[in-house]
This record gives sequence, structure tokens and C-alpha cells, in this order.
Amino acid sequence: MTTKSIGEPIARVEDARLVTGQGRYADDLMPGALEMAVLRSPHAHARIVDIDLEAVLDLPGVHAVYTYDDLTGPMAEPLPLLIPHPTLTHGRTQYALAKDEVNYVGEAIAVVVADDRYIAEDAVGRILVSYEFLPPVVGIDKARAAEHLVHDDVPGNVAARMEQGFGDAAGAIAKAPHKLVLDIEVERSAATPMEGRGTVARWDRDLGRMSVWSSTQTSTGVRAAIASKLGLDLGQVDLVTPDVGGGFGVKIVHPWPEELLVPFAARALGRPVKFIEDRREHFISSAHERGQQQHIEVGFDEDGRVLGVDFRFWHDHGAYTPYGLIVPIITSTQFLGPYKIPNYHVVFESLYTNTVIVTPYRGAGRPQAVYAMERMLDAIAAHLGIDRTLVRERNFIQPDEFPYAHGEMSFQDGRPLVYDSGNYPELMAKAKALVGWEDFERFRDEARAEGRKVGIGIACYVEGTGVGPYEGGHVTIETSGKVKVSTGLTTQGQGHQTAFAQIVADELGARFEDVEVVTGDTRRSPYSVGTFASRAAVMSGSAIALAARKAKEKALRLAAQALEVDESDLEINDGVVSVKGAPGTSIDLGTLAVLSNPLRYAFDEASKAATQFVVGDPGKPPVPEGEEPGLEGKDFYSPMRSTFASGIHAVIVETDPDTAEIEILKYAVVHDCGTLINPRIVEGQIHGGVAQGVGGALYERMEYDESGQLLNASFMDFLIPYVTEIPKKIDIDHQVTPSPLNPLGIKGAGEAGVIPTAAAFASAIEDAEGITITSMPISPSQLFDLRLQAAADGTTNQEGTN
Amino acid sequence: MKPAPFGYRRPGSLAEALTAYADASDAKIGAGGQSLIPLLSMRLASVAELIDINGIEELSRITVSEDGVRFGATVRHSDLLAHEQVAAVQPMIPAALHHVAHATIRNRGTTVGSIVHADASGEMPTVFALLDGRLTVQSVRGTRELAAPELFIGPLETSLAADEIATEVFLPALAPRHGVAFDEIARRHGDYALVGVGAVVGLDADGAIASVRAGYVSVSEVPTVVDLGEPLVGHRGEITDDALRAAGELALSHLEPEADIHATAHYRAQLVRVLTGRVVRAAYDDAVARSNRSEGTPSNARS
Amino acid sequence: MPAPELTDVTLTVNGVQHEITVEPRRLLSDALRHDLGLTGTHVGCEHGVCGACTVLVDGKPTRACLMFAVAAQDYAITTVEGLTRPDGSLSPVQQAFKDCHGLQCGFCTPGFLTTVAAGIEENPDPTEDEARDMIAGNLCRCTGYQNIVASVLRAAELQAGESEESA
Repeated sequence: MTTKSIGEPIARVEDARLVTGQGRYADDLMPGALEMAVLRSPHAHARIVDIDLEAVLDLPGVHAVYTYDDLTGPMAEPLPLLIPHPTLTHGRTQYALAKDEVNYVGEAIAVVVADDRYIAEDAVGRILVSYEFLPPVVGIDKARAAEHLVHDDVPGNVAARMEQGFGDAAGAIAKAPHKLVLDIEVERSAATPMEGRGTVARWDRDLGRMSVWSSTQTSTGVRAAIASKLGLDLGQVDLVTPDVGGGFGVKIVHPWPEELLVPFAARALGRPVKFIEDRREHFISSAHERGQQQHIEVGFDEDGRVLGVDFRFWHDHGAYTPYGLIVPIITSTQFLGPYKIPNYHVVFESLYTNTVIVTPYRGAGRPQAVYAMERMLDAIAAHLGIDRTLVRERNFIQPDEFPYAHGEMSFQDGRPLVYDSGNYPELMAKAKALVGWEDFERFRDEARAEGRKVGIGIACYVEGTGVGPYEGGHVTIETSGKVKVSTGLTTQGQGHQTAFAQIVADELGARFEDVEVVTGDTRRSPYSVGTFASRAAVMSGSAIALAARKAKEKALRLAAQALEVDESDLEINDGVVSVKGAPGTSIDLGTLAVLSNPLRYAFDEASKAATQFVVGDPGKPPVPEGEEPGLEGKDFYSPMRSTFASGIHAVIVETDPDTAEIEILKYAVVHDCGTLINPRIVEGQIHGGVAQGVGGALYERMEYDESGQLLNASFMDFLIPYVTEIPKKIDIDHQVTPSPLNPLGIKGAGEAGVIPTAAAFASAIEDAEGITITSMPISPSQLFDLRLQAAADGTTNQEGTN
Repeated sequence: MKPAPFGYRRPGSLAEALTAYADASDAKIGAGGQSLIPLLSMRLASVAELIDINGIEELSRITVSEDGVRFGATVRHSDLLAHEQVAAVQPMIPAALHHVAHATIRNRGTTVGSIVHADASGEMPTVFALLDGRLTVQSVRGTRELAAPELFIGPLETSLAADEIATEVFLPALAPRHGVAFDEIARRHGDYALVGVGAVVGLDADGAIASVRAGYVSVSEVPTVVDLGEPLVGHRGEITDDALRAAGELALSHLEPEADIHATAHYRAQLVRVLTGRVVRAAYDDAVARSNRSEGTPSNARS
Repeated sequence: MPAPELTDVTLTVNGVQHEITVEPRRLLSDALRHDLGLTGTHVGCEHGVCGACTVLVDGKPTRACLMFAVAAQDYAITTVEGLTRPDGSLSPVQQAFKDCHGLQCGFCTPGFLTTVAAGIEENPDPTEDEARDMIAGNLCRCTGYQNIVASVLRAAELQAGESEESA
């Protein structure tokens, strides 16, 4: 029997290239291509009165300058609104190049194409734009006040107002023995992958083909957008995703203006053109996330059981809504977490501000949702004076209650919000054991005796992963015996080439080393959705498993004919089909690939070897009806609904009594993503997620001033953690409740690490300080201010709400 | 993020560099470039000509004597850190240098360059002031020496004339029965300090505190040194919390903590109080330890 | 605008001399990537904070985005490509990152590899804290650094094993 590959911590096949400098990222491609630089608005809100290009046109090395006036047809239309929603009544998107008005600092106004980026930037600096200033709307307070409007025709700055719920929340809260009201907020952050956006395009006039490489999370989406905007047939555009230096959500948005302008210029100039976003551009022209104000009213009983919740929040959507309402919809639905909330009402407003657009960043609305729910449960525990974990346990959905439907709620995919499987009480038991919850009070006492302040926090989450509609897999066995696999979604470091090869090796019975996986290449997989919402393993993993099964069926069918035995007597191990119990009677997959094609040119050893076998029915055509030449399997996976992963994070912090610095003493993660394909890769995803979570909780925030200038648009001032800011150790424990929704029982894992982190830190810092934490992220300076405020108000609680 | 065009020269001798600099208009001297190049790349600064002094052999020397440490304009932070005798003669130098950015930046960045960048949120300008360092500047017109009060005339502004090149810095040795300490608090390890403090404490023959001076980072417009002797002189044994608190308040009366996106002004003030206490205490302990060590040792053991 | 001044520059990279003609403003990172085609050196921020472009200049880790190509002539430069052995096999640092899942998207990786290669040369037997210190100036957005620290320790082990063999 072949060693099982799924579940093994196999080292990644990607790495040999990447550790030797042989990766191919967007900026590594097409040496000598012309380079594009973008003139971006320095003002948050202004009307463009005039653009003077005079000083640019004669600049040596400049090949073209484009403004809105140079765009025609579909290129002159606003960019697409990717995910419309009935409640998005005032959706607005920007133009590829600003038409008349700019709505955030960083909005593209003109592009220059030049011999290299240096000259292109020289030219951009010489373009003169005159503006008529309009009042900027920055921050949720200003947007809600609506004294000024971002878009003249959007009253109240409200892009959307959405209301959902089940039961009678208001009634339940009114009748509840206990009530609490919370007003809390989360600040803006951003994905900031180490590689910014990048697009390269080459127009081949002879073939009439546009070849585009883009650092994207959706090859098919960018391809379709380019075809449609440039008036090309879909079949004329190839979109290849090269190595991508991280995405974390920001690269799912498409098409970015530059993704259209690069191929546009390449066709116009007849030369390859490249755009590589620099770091400052990334901060002011890619996407942000997280910013929300939240108002929660909750009614509960003496035991801390929640009877009803009314959740209102205001979501800062930035200047435009190209990605629809995905982020706030997720917040509004994932708020419910692992809990049975009998009566729920949620309403949110998505608000325009004169700032960078807000689209999903790893977690995509879930960190805010978990923060809201977990702050609420901590408040209930504090109010009743009971252990925070007990409050959570008393509200958990129980293991025998799956599938569990939350009333009539619908999720981000428009499908009913139904959890497929899970075991939350066991997760909690594991989390408490891992972090040492029961021993903490003793530790606190010891620390207190030394004049130290420590606190413990905990947060639970449920994550809807693997949203549809579909992904595909294509498995081709070559005559060499190599197994070529393609799936259309893209890879940004998740190790898909390894994990998907593990699936195929197991499903097909091939050797892991013989399997080669390609992702995000529309020439191989024209039908695909993209990589987001922790969906790659679930969606493409499942599709590839199904495709491999089809390939296997065909291999067995052919082998049965060649070996003149019954299919049921055959097995495939290490790429060889043999008769069970008689391993000498065998045929390898490469030879079967030869036999699968009646046109048997003997180009290789496998073809010669195949001459000894006979397949096919002489009474039928060489390719019988319903068959195809070649040894391939192709299939698509399309689930009825999402599968729900879950987990709990717990953290112990120490806060310096003098400087308010926050040190992480212990970080524990318990999670359940169903079947693990490669535990090493899953743990890597958790490590990275937690690090981003730490950043989001303690370091990273977008600092806009009132005029809409982003004050920290650099890695100098936007504080991504170095190794020195991350816990020395992240303790991880796994729980496996397979999903019944897909062939392998997989649930998504990519975003989990970041989802409950801010909530867990808020809980721990509150516990250490005895001061209610209502805003995250929190810096030592802010914590110090809270201490002063609490001392002035006399509101410090007795330490320790554990 | 690419710099605007500029001319470039790489003189082989100091004389050549001085002439070139005198003749040029809107030129800048380039050595380490770790502060200048990001500004050029972001086009927040521009320069008509860059005069690269890295090829001038005589500017790369470190000379350590009993009197102190002398180092040229192309000496990297890491060169000073790696030099064994530097720490023995003036331990404040490595104590502070460890806080300058990250090791990779220290491999290229120069200490003289950092001092004449005159950033009050940089460690080395403050150390220069605290140690009563002397900067040698040269031009075709001659040579002069500057101490901190004459050098630092405003935020990121020095009294160097347009044709003057900073060629070397001298930092005096730590006097006998003196101790040093440096500490800072930054948002991330390696970032600019929210507040940094270096202190030099001197003892008298009986081991009582005779002098306390502290230099401050990121809480004033120009590198600032405060004499903290008043509440502390005469102390022996454990310094009391009250005395350290008084020292912190005294320091604050000479400083102007300001708010930025990373910290409020009163948080910075708090860090001044806390770090003053911690650093003065550590410098005192260091002075005591050094005095004890030197008692049983010949006085010339250091060289 | 006058025609840009061009300068002949000789760069010694991974033991090979290259002659290029560039403007004085050309960053070393761009010269390596676009003039020499050594695209293993990545550019993550161009203001010296992220460390992705770190190369070895006379053996010392240095930001290639904070150096002009024209000023790099007197040095021996090593990029990630130069860490690979002449026979194509992986150096201890490269092998260790592969063994320990020390990378995900791989974009920051070349900067870590060069930094650690120099680091374990200077300190062949780092403690875990020293390993952390060694990489404290490089940003990674994928791994949470846990496996990078493990990779540093593993790289030191592999290197020690090799020197024993050759001793």
C-alpha cells in the first residue's frame, strides 16, 4: 500500500526555487518592458479643473501619457462593481483614471509610460493639475454626521443599509433580567503583503493575443475584466499568475486601474509594459479594512445565557464600493460565532469617506465580528461576576445540534447560515488546558506580589470558509508517468503545489514526486473563481480530488483491458496499476497514458512499452462514444454552502505598571479546520495569521488626518511586527471534525489565525488592567491614557475579572 | 519611489572633496546614506550633486587612546561596535549604538553622518552632546572644531557652512569612577525611540554621587543634555525612588515632549520619568562596579 | 531637462565582474535586478525598513535599496543567487529554510537568507534569542517568524555538520 500523503507534514516542493532566487514574481518578468508610473491625487476630495501635460510630452524616454480623456468605450466607464447586492443602493466605483473628481489621496489621475520607472516618475512629477478643493469626509463620525458628502448624489454618505435577524431581539432584550449596552470600535488596518501589486502585459499583433501576468488572487477575474474593457474576446486574453509575494485579500480586488491600463498601453504602443506598485502607492492606492463603530445591546439571564442581541454598526467603506458589501455582511453574520443566540437583530450602514477603498483583508469582517461578540460576552461575565469561559460554554451550540441553522440568516454567499459540523465544548476544554486557564489566578497572585500586572484573555470564533460557487481541477497523466494538475485559483504562498499534489498522490495512487501542480493560469484553467475566504483547500482541493478520481477510473478501465482482468481486482500504488495479490501483473500509469491515445507515436520508452498491450473493443471506433483520447480527469466542485471552521485563542499578557508596554507571555491556539492535508502548512498559516493579529491588536493602524492625508504611509510608521514583537512561541492544538460537505472533510484554515486575536488581546489587557477596553488596536500610549482617565474617573474595576 | 537625477563625484582625497564641495551648488556629502537615500527615493529631498566620500582613505580610521575615541566620517556604526577598545574607553558608545536602527543599517550607516544629520530622535547626536564630543569640520577655508551647543542649532539643522564637510568626531574617554547607561523605548525594536535616555554618573572618592548628566532622545527639538546633579549628588548606596522621581521632573523641565502618531506628549513625559529613573540607576550601578574593579587594578590597565 | 548623466560602473557580484552603464541615481537593488538580471533580490519598501533587498556587501548584510550602484564598485556583493553552491546544491541556510518551512510566499526570503548566511558566519552557534536578534531587521508578512527562527538554528546545525565533515 502506498504511504498516505494527506495528513503528512511534507516539505514544500515550491521552496527549492524560492530559496535560490529563482522565483518569478511580476517584476522579474519581461526585462526591458516599458514601465508605468501613476500620477495620484495628493488631495482627498477635489474637482480636477485642468491637467497640463506640456512639460512631459518632450521628455526623452517618455512613450505615452494617458488621462481620462484618452480612454474610450468601456475603458471610459466606471470600473465594475464586482458583487452587487440589493441593499447596496448607492454603489459607486472609480474610473480607471479620475474623471472630473478625486475622492481619496492616491486616486489615479494620469499614467506615464517610459523607458524605465525613474523616467516615468520624473515625468509624473512634471504634470501640473489644478484642483478645486472640496471638503473631505474622513472618519466614521464625519461620514455619519454627513455635513459634507463624498459623492454628491449619495445622501448621508450611506452606500448601503442592511438589516437582518431572527426572533424578536427587541422583545427579548426588554424582558431580559439583565441588560448591557456597549459602544466599541476597531480602527483601520491593511493587508500590506511584502510584494505590492504588479502587472505586465504584452500584445502580440500577429496572433491577436494579449498576454498578461498579474500579481492577483483571481486570474480569471482579471482576464474577463481586461477582455471586456479592451474590447477583446475572452479567448484572446491569457492571464498567468506568476509567483505572488503575498495577498491577504488585497489582491482579490480587480481589476485595479493599472491592471487595465497596462494592457491598454501595451496594445497602443506595441511594446511590453509593466506596472510595479511601490510601497507608498500600496498604502494610498490599494485597499484597507477593519474600520467599524459598533453599538451592541444585549439581554441575558442570571447564568449569562444570551436571550437577545441588537447589533448596530457603521462600516467605513472608503471612497468606493468595488467589492460590494462582503466585509460588513460577514461581520453581521459571523458575529454569532459558536453561540446559540435565540433572538438577533443586526443593522449596518456602509459609509463613504474620502479615504482608500475598503475591501477584504485576511479575516474580512470576521475580526470585527468576533471582537464585538467577545467584548459583549466579557462584559456579561464581568457584570455577573462569573468566569469568562463559563459564559461562553453556556452559550455554545452543542455537538449534537449540527447542522445548526441561525434562524433565517443568510451568509456572504447568499445561502442560509447553517453550520455543518463542530465541537465547541471540546475546543474550549483544549484551549483552557493549553493556556493554563485554571492555574492563572495563582500565577496572577505571584506576579502581583512582585508588583507585576498580568492578564489572561480568550476569544472564540467560527469561520465560514470555502464559499462557492465552484472551482475546477484537471488531472492529466502524461506518457512519462508525470501527473500534471491544474486548478484555476491562484497561490500567494499557501503551498498549494504541495498540498494539492498530496491530494492527487493519494486519490490517484501516484508518487507524490510525480505530481506537478499549476495554479492561476487561464490557459490551463479558464474557469475558476479565486483565492479568498479560506477557500482554496476546500474548493480546489475537493475539485482536484474529484478530478483525480475520474482519472483513476479511466486508468483502471484501461488497465483492466490491457491486463485482461476485472477492474475490481486492480489497485494503484506509486504510479503502477497492479493486480491485487499479484504485483507482478502490472502496468504503469505512463504506459496507460500511451494506450489512452489511439495515435501511438512511439516517441518515448513508454510508447514502446505500450506496444505489448491491447486495449479497446475492436467492434467500436478507436475512440468510443463518450470517451476522449488521453488519460485525464476533469471535474468541478460546487458546494451547497460554506463549511464552518472554528477555534479559540487565549493569550496571557503583562502590562508594565510604569510604561504601559504590553508584553505577550503566552499565546495559545486551538483550532478545527476538519481534515488537515498538510499540518506543517496549516501551522504556518496559523503562525502568520497570529502575527498579523498581533499587528492588528497592538501595532497597525491607518493614521489619517482630518484633511485625508495618510500620515503613516510607510513601513517606518505603519508598524508591521518584526520577530521581536511576536510571541516567542505559539502553542497550537488541533481538533478535527471533518466537514460533511466535501469529499475530503476539509475546512478552510487560511484566515483563522488573525480572526480572534484583537478580541483575545482586548480581553487580556482588560483583565490585567481592570479598565474596560473599547477600542482596538491599542498602543502603550493609549493604554497609559486609559489609566489616567480611569484614575481621574475612579472607574478602575477590581483587578481580575477572570 | 526613485530618486530624481543628480550628478555624482567620488573624490579620492579629502582635498579633492573639499574643492569639489566648495565649487558645487546644492551638493550633498554622501557616506552611509541610510537617512539620505530614502529621502531622495521618496523625493522628499533632492540634490544636484552627490559627493561620495567613501573613497577617502583617511576618513575611515578609528583611533582609540586613553583620552577617547576619534573616528572618521566613513566609519560605520558597526565598525565602532566591533572595535574592542572602543567599549573599554567609552562604554557609552556601544551602549547607545546597539539601539541605532537594525544591525543591517548599522553596517552601512556612519556615526559621524548620524551626528550631523542632527535628528533629535537619533541616538548618536544625543550621545555626542552628552559626552561633550567634538566634531571636526573642514573646508577649503580651513578647519574648525564644534561642540554640540554650537553644532545643533535647530531641528535637523547644524551650523555647518555650505562648503564644510564633517570629517571626524572625537568622543572623550569615560573618566575614572564614572559609569554609563543607555536605554530607550520604541514602538518596535529598532524603530526611532519614543524616548531614549543616556546617563553618565560620576562618583567621588568616597563613592557618593558627584555628578549626573543625562542626554535625551525624541523629546526636544535639538539633542538636549540635562544636569541632574541637584537631586542626586551626595547619594550613596541605593538611590531613593524620591530622588529619581525628582531627577525625572527636573529633566522634564528642560524638555518639550510632543505628540505624534505613536505617542501623546504626556506619555512621552511619563517615559522621560521612567527612563530617567531606570537609566540613572543603571549608570550609578555601572559607576560603582567600575570603581570597584579599578581599585584592585593598575590604573593603566585599560590601554 | 538635460540628458541624464551616465556612468560606467563595475559591479562584482557573486564573484563575477559586470560592466554596466547607469545613471548615478540607479539604486543597487535596481542594478542587480534589472541590469544584471539577478531578480532574486526583491524590493519590498525601497526605504530600508523591510529588508527584502538585503545583500551582502563584503560579507556584511546591507540594504540594496539604500545604496547607489555607482557607490558599490569597490565591494564584493553577494546576492541570494550567490548562496547556492557552484554545483547547484543548497547552502546550509537555503536547505534549512526549506527543511523548516521557513518561507511561504518567498518574497522576503532572499533578504532573510543573506542576513542569516552572514549571521551564522559570525555566530556559528546562536542561541534562540541570538537567532531572533539576527533576523530582527527583516519583515515577513506570512510566517509569523516562528519557522524562520527554527530555520536559523537549523542552518547553524547544518553548517556545523559540514565544517566537521571537512575538518
